[in-house]
Amino acid sequence: MKENILIIGGGAAGMEAATQLKKLGLTPIIIEKSEALGGHIAQWDRLFPAFHPAKDVVAPMLDGVKGIDVRLNTEVADIQRDADGFKAALSNGETINAKAVVLATGFDLFKAERKQEYGYGIYNNVITSLELEKFFRTGKDERINNPQKIGFVHCVGARDVKVGNTYCSKVCCTTALKQACEMKEVFPNAEVYTFYMDLRMFGPGYEDLYLKTQKDFDVKCIRGRVCEVSEDMDGRLVIKAEDTLFGKPLKMTLDLLVLMCSMEKNKSIDKIQQQLGIANNSDGFMQNRDMYLGLNGTAKDGVFVAGTCTAPKSLPDTIAEARSVAVEVFNYINNK
Amino acid sequence: MDFGFCLSPSSHVKMDTIDLTTFNRLKETNPDVNTCIACGSCTATCTAGNFTEMSFRRILLMLQRGKEDEAKKLIQHCMLCGKCTLVCPRGINIRKILLDITR
Repeated sequence: MKENILIIGGGAAGMEAATQLKKLGLTPIIIEKSEALGGHIAQWDRLFPAFHPAKDVVAPMLDGVKGIDVRLNTEVADIQRDADGFKAALSNGETINAKAVVLATGFDLFKAERKQEYGYGIYNNVITSLELEKFFRTGKDERINNPQKIGFVHCVGARDVKVGNTYCSKVCCTTALKQACEMKEVFPNAEVYTFYMDLRMFGPGYEDLYLKTQKDFDVKCIRGRVCEVSEDMDGRLVIKAEDTLFGKPLKMTLDLLVLMCSMEKNKSIDKIQQQLGIANNSDGFMQNRDMYLGLNGTAKDGVFVAGTCTAPKSLPDTIAEARSVAVEVFNYINNK
Repeated sequence: MDFGFCLSPSSHVKMDTIDLTTFNRLKETNPDVNTCIACGSCTATCTAGNFTEMSFRRILLMLQRGKEDEAKKLIQHCMLCGKCTLVCPRGINIRKILLDITR
């Protein structure tokens, strides 16, 4: 009998897990709610730390899933356990039987308007990191008119008890510095500031990017969280922050403010997650079996997790987890 | 907004109006000044810093926040021993930069 493996989510984690499962002789089926594979990473222009085009990474992943059963514009409406494993009812009316389920449902971007003090959705010149990435990709955004002073705010919706997210979103620091450099490339005469609390340059080449940001791109990193944004009579943004290294409050007028939005758990999967009996961890993401040896496992037999559904992760982390989940599933099927 | 009167002077650093001439001149000959990560090694090892307010990391910041006079006042405590240069993890040539600021 065909060993169907149901993979929910067609982003980096889902695609890579499917590719590897196929190589291991199993039959992955990807269920993707949107109209295309690729997930968030397909919306990105270039990747940190080396400004690598995102499409050069996405294209091989798309090649990998060629020949794999992919259902686009489809969601899992209902899932039940049966004697053979799982029985999933899809939104298109179809029913799929599978031996195991891989949740690769990824993240949602924090809704910037929830941090009202930053004025997203109120002031025209406040944009999100994702919108800036779209500008790099398409060259079009009517809010970006040759800005001469640009600010980046780190940790928007992260390390913030008031929005319920106490965790660090991991990738925004490095992304902010990458985007700050790219802004200097597009607008060489602009002054670019980043407002950080800590700069968490955790990966290979990231600290080098930081040095480059300071030395080659003359980006000014100011330690202190922007506390409020307002608009002056000319429609420019006036921001307030404390320079915590200098110990003094600081005021500055900017033409553009970019909010580095955090990752939050993708809540559109909550119902299926509940049916499978998978709890959330204290950060609101899915709880895996344990954080060392059980990264891909869950409390429930036959249900596996990979990628940012369990915590914010970088792309290399996600790909590593997608590959390891394939091995976990393979062992699970063969030891049954 | 400045209405021309207030009870006490504002402590805000007004980034829109500060004078960065000295820092920008310094940056031309010493691009290293941009690479400080404010670790504080220079201040911790500074002999003068044990007895005075001398702090190279702070001097750099003062210049970037338009407090040139205060920075130059602090530099007077420096004895040019160069220990700060030895400990800087970014390899900033601090001793030379201090001399350049006062030049």
